[in-house]
Amino acid sequence: MNNKRKNFLEKRYKSEKRFQLFGLASISLALIFLAIFLIKIFSNGYSAFTKTWIFVEVNYDRELLLLEENPSSEDLNNADYYDIAYQSIIALDPEVDESSETFLIEMFAYNYELEIKNYLKKNPSDLGKIVKLKLTASDDIDQINKGNYPRDIPEENRRVNNYQLKIFDMLEARGDIINTFNLSFFTNPDSREAELAGIASSFMGTLFSILVCLVFSFPIAVLAGIYLEEFAPKNKFTDFIEVNINNLAAVPSIVFGLLGLGVLINIFGLPRSTPLVGGITLSLMTLPTIIIAARASLKAVPPSIKEAALAMGASKMQTTLHHAVPLSMPGTLSGTIIGLAQALGETAPLILIGMVAFVNTIPGSPLDPAASLPVQVYIWSESAERGFVEKVSACIMVLLIFLITMNLTAQIIRHRFEKKWS
Amino acid sequence: MKSKISAKGVNVYYGEKQALKNISIEIGEKEVTALIGPSGCGKSTFLRCLNRMNDVIDICRVEGSIKFDNLEINSKELDVVRLRENVGMVFQKPNPFPKTIYENIAYGPTIHGLVQSKQELDEIVETSLKKAALWNEVKDRLHEIGTGLSGGQQQRLCIARAISIKPEVILMDEPCSALDPIATAQIEELIDELKNEHTIVIVTHSMSQAARVSQKTGFFHLGNLIEFDSTEKIFKNPGNQQTQDYITGRFG
Repeated sequence: MNNKRKNFLEKRYKSEKRFQLFGLASISLALIFLAIFLIKIFSNGYSAFTKTWIFVEVNYDRELLLLEENPSSEDLNNADYYDIAYQSIIALDPEVDESSETFLIEMFAYNYELEIKNYLKKNPSDLGKIVKLKLTASDDIDQINKGNYPRDIPEENRRVNNYQLKIFDMLEARGDIINTFNLSFFTNPDSREAELAGIASSFMGTLFSILVCLVFSFPIAVLAGIYLEEFAPKNKFTDFIEVNINNLAAVPSIVFGLLGLGVLINIFGLPRSTPLVGGITLSLMTLPTIIIAARASLKAVPPSIKEAALAMGASKMQTTLHHAVPLSMPGTLSGTIIGLAQALGETAPLILIGMVAFVNTIPGSPLDPAASLPVQVYIWSESAERGFVEKVSACIMVLLIFLITMNLTAQIIRHRFEKKWS
Repeated sequence: MKSKISAKGVNVYYGEKQALKNISIEIGEKEVTALIGPSGCGKSTFLRCLNRMNDVIDICRVEGSIKFDNLEINSKELDVVRLRENVGMVFQKPNPFPKTIYENIAYGPTIHGLVQSKQELDEIVETSLKKAALWNEVKDRLHEIGTGLSGGQQQRLCIARAISIKPEVILMDEPCSALDPIATAQIEELIDELKNEHTIVIVTHSMSQAARVSQKTGFFHLGNLIEFDSTEKIFKNPGNQQTQDYITGRFG
């Protein structure tokens, strides 16, 4: 081998190495960003999955409650628990002076009275007894307990004053402060109080929206895809439609939101802030994605299969429905799921149709007002309390898990397809 | 011998390009007609005119008259579904449906409503597979995927599928070009059997195959039907110099 040839070969190998290196570098960069993102979300958000409780001895004094012996559940419900709740809480500090009583009360979530009432409703036999109950701590105490608030700054800059800190330390030393899994984050609707706010309403809102979106977009998109791919004559008009479907897929989502607002709510008078409107608006976005996926997977069906069916005397429709469509279904389905996953993360159109409203009830149907997970992230991220900061991250985690599950399903469907037909 | 298909003055265009020029041919009933010629000579195009498979190609235009018994194939009013029920086809590449062996055979009789009961369908599946000489190999795995068979078996499955609706004519477009010599021999044997009940038109690249299986042979070149005569005559004593050159391997 002469020298020139050798140099040439070396150059080739070098450029190949260089190319691989560039590829590796870009992947590493992408992975680093992803890792930073995930670590940030997780370190901010993991504490939202735990919740601080304070143990309080509650005296269910029958006389203070103005109840008779063996009261009915209705009586229990109507009784006034304010006095015993207040008394029980201020009893935490035997030396409390009148001006500090509010500070003690403020250490608890505002619904402490309800928690005390609900316990007795569940355990009516405890009437007249002293029971040690765990009550939800206020957001500020929660954050102090989780170490998210600095304690060594001047009192006037702190949301928790020296007196409350003293009581907190005393209670913690006694073992009356505990940290458990935060079930209420998943079962509560949104709330103005960070310690009570949960994702139940937005999760259900998202679920209903996605279902409505699926119901509206899937049949329409699949039929449109089949017609355009298999039946439509190839002329200027269908070319025009094709170009527009591709354009539609690129339209900014906020435009669809305006459409939803203008047409669905203002003209058709559908109820605003509901998953029904949200889902239909999202389905406008999902439609082109599914149509494109359906057409692509129909195109991927081997022509030899279609010819075989035609040669057997199957009509055009039989050929399509018996052979092409079943073979294309896995591809269409995974395209659908990817479209839905996109819709899942949409915020702008939902804000426009009013799913940004403060909803403190859990929707039972697509016709009830609801928020959605990405909108919930938006709402909470605007709140000042430290408690909402961790909730934003926790909500993002739930959203990501939702997304990963959907994409994984798409992957599994595609995998099945490859196994079955190859 | 009685003529089954009679083509007169057939011209086929792909857009501007003329693929077949004034083809006239008589295909006899219950015999094997072979169409030979170099690649791109139009023999497959002609075959696809006989069951209107050219309809699938948008730019393809067919002129002239093709009579199937007394039915005009190349007419707008023709019901292609009815036509294809009577004119079956086997393709170059085995193309069984990605379904079970049973479903592959049962498809035709089901869509044409030829059976009333599961029992009848079972019978058709069995006789079709037997006629295609595949029954013994697959009778224990009728419910396995048809695409899992070997190439030769897949092609025989396609033949079984074609004969399941008892077409009068079977068109074969280079049915053995993807197969090994043993599978090819099996298919040729099968063609010999099938001609007792069906009219067969076979397009082939292999001249020895044409000589072995056919009674009549047509030689196509550049869209023209150069010569059409009995196979014996074509191979032993061709009337045309081009045919002579082709079968002796001087071009093609």
